[in-house]
Amino acid sequence: MPRTDSTTSPPVPAPRDARPVKQHAGRRAAAGRSRRERTLRRLTPWLFLAVPLALLVTFTYVPVGNMLYYSFTDWDGVSPDRNFVGGENYAEVFTRPELLRVFAVSLYYLAASVVQIAIALYFATVLSFDLRFRNLFKGILFFPYLINGVAIGFVFLYFFQDGGTLDSILSWFGVGTDHAWLGDPASANISLAGVSVWRFTGLNFVLFLGAIQSIPGELYEAAQLDGAGRWKQFRHIIAPGIRPVLSLSVILAISGSLSVFEIPYIMTGGATGTSTFVIQTVKYAFQFNKTGLASACAVVLLAIILLITWLQRRLVPDERVDLV
Amino acid sequence: MGKRMLSVAVLATTAMTVAGCGGGGTPDAGETAAAPLNPASVKGDITVLTNRTDLVNDGTMKKYAAEFNKVYPKVEVKFEGMTDYEGEVRIRMNTDDYGDVLLIPGAVAKGDYPKFFTPLGSASSMRAKYLFTDRTNVDDKVYGIASFGTANGLVYNKALWKKAGITDWPASPREFLADLKAIADRTDATPYYTNFKDGWPLSDQWTNGVGSVSCDSRASDKLAETDEPWSKGSDLQVIDGLLYDIVHGKLSEKDPATTNWEQSKTLLAKGEIGSMMLGSWSISQMRAAAQKAGENPDDIGFMPFPARSGGQFCSTLVSDYQQAVNIHSDHKAAARAWIDWFTEKSGYAATQGAVSALKADPMPKTLEEYVDNDVKMVERSEKRTAEVNAIDKAAEIGLNQKDYRQKLVDIARGAQSGSLEDYFDELNRRWSEARQNAGS
Repeated sequence: MPRTDSTTSPPVPAPRDARPVKQHAGRRAAAGRSRRERTLRRLTPWLFLAVPLALLVTFTYVPVGNMLYYSFTDWDGVSPDRNFVGGENYAEVFTRPELLRVFAVSLYYLAASVVQIAIALYFATVLSFDLRFRNLFKGILFFPYLINGVAIGFVFLYFFQDGGTLDSILSWFGVGTDHAWLGDPASANISLAGVSVWRFTGLNFVLFLGAIQSIPGELYEAAQLDGAGRWKQFRHIIAPGIRPVLSLSVILAISGSLSVFEIPYIMTGGATGTSTFVIQTVKYAFQFNKTGLASACAVVLLAIILLITWLQRRLVPDERVDLV
Repeated sequence: MGKRMLSVAVLATTAMTVAGCGGGGTPDAGETAAAPLNPASVKGDITVLTNRTDLVNDGTMKKYAAEFNKVYPKVEVKFEGMTDYEGEVRIRMNTDDYGDVLLIPGAVAKGDYPKFFTPLGSASSMRAKYLFTDRTNVDDKVYGIASFGTANGLVYNKALWKKAGITDWPASPREFLADLKAIADRTDATPYYTNFKDGWPLSDQWTNGVGSVSCDSRASDKLAETDEPWSKGSDLQVIDGLLYDIVHGKLSEKDPATTNWEQSKTLLAKGEIGSMMLGSWSISQMRAAAQKAGENPDDIGFMPFPARSGGQFCSTLVSDYQQAVNIHSDHKAAARAWIDWFTEKSGYAATQGAVSALKADPMPKTLEEYVDNDVKMVERSEKRTAEVNAIDKAAEIGLNQKDYRQKLVDIARGAQSGSLEDYFDELNRRWSEARQNAGS
């Protein structure tokens, strides 16, 4: 149990030391009081924790528990009756060809997140050096992340519209195109993945920038004196310095591209081969009333993400970075 | 310590999970929500759940409630409008608190009606008075009364069609395609607008044509009896074949991925869109849009599905949401009084330009053209809807969802590989497999 001494003031000796060695009749009252004090002291952190723990259990673990339970039933989401069907739903999840197909869509987003990390890393590195309008650029890069995902979906719907923003901009450069950007699966998925890069680059950028700025400045100076150029500084100081953040970004990118939902759901509703695993799950639950199957899908997705995270931690252990 | 806490947390979670699954008991299901004989004696507060947030927000519903109070002074009516009606109500139905009067969500299986709603009367007595009672008839008890009905057909811009030199309604899919071609050739308009992005105009708006093609009120029921709903000449094959041909012949909008429903109303009114497959409910909305855009509302016309059976045009008449009384309601008499008053006296259906659920009421003004041209109205039988839905859900086709027709449109415009025949074969195969599984 973590000690929360900072919450118990004034600094008195630890309760264990206050315990009388022997129980004399005359000191019983004092001993009783100190025992009460001791229980109270042990209880205090839990009293403070009670509310957040209750909220956590009610809004996180109970629903997850419910979902696990539903995944073993054939519940339709409304009916008061449900039957226990054992592992049938899970067997179905793994034997359905269309679910494999939607995982293929995740590859677009995975590829996009590689691009996203590269862009974010590049700008974070450049902007960590002293530049004019540095803060302005930082703001511009981070800004898209602050916009609500639904709004982004709508904005980009107009952007990709026939004769919309993208077509107009291209026509300024003389590239008159008649291409329906969301019209065929490949182009639609690339467009949607592009939107997701636009949205999340800012987050990666800020994470990287924070990590880079925590590297002590004198290291660069020393490197410069030794004649290291910008690339060498990046290769030998920045890259190792931000490795934990980089690996976190990779985990986020993988789990993010497996569970893409907002942007394709709003922009295409999963039509034209843009359906993702989560969209498919929502369809099972709310169009075909297969809440049991949908719950199983959700559990499987959770398991996959946990597995990937675990694998990633095994392959790239989180060593303490020691630059000096 | 950590381990013990963990097990306590797990235990608590499990306990709450199990408790959450219990659900309340079902009250006496035999009791009927009868219409009260003496209006002055009915009292209680009732809550009415509705999908018409627009009417709740602009005070129209309040006016209805005030009118209602003139007859039933001791009943207070409150409204809860929900934008995502289906999504919200189906979740609330896991509790006992889903209003006193509600519209039956599509997600509730017909067999479960007796667990959620109070019966409103015997099938024979209800059938004599109302349309669409089959839909909520479970074991000879009726659980809902339609708020209104809607006729299947196409809204079109009369002025535009005249400009393209077309005066008569097309009588076959081929004639319809030829007419759209004429519009494409002679005007700048988009002959047909799919509303692909919003999707729902591709769902039941098209499926409701089942019965219009063959002029058979049982066409929809018959889906439960067939292994191949998309076989040659069947209603669904004709309907979906027509949609395929429209898109394949490039007679629909250029970029379906970015369509916009609200905008489409104005475009139709302005004559920039030729036609859309929508129920008769849409006529008054289109006319309102025309008025707003400064166009002539009378240019909005409504034609039946382009097919004739025995020399006659037919149009299926289908029920919109059905109003029901919550089985857990404390004021069932008041709730029933509201449903009866709203259906019979409020004039709601007429204002909406929709078909009244009362058999005695005349056809609405919006359907004048149908009446003048002797279009045969076919009230869709819903005796086997439960079975059809069960097969449909098991097959994951979604006759009343957008997905399978969106894919059809994608195939038609070459965005996804495959041919129409292969797609129909696949749908037939899925249907027959699901039918075997759902039947067993």
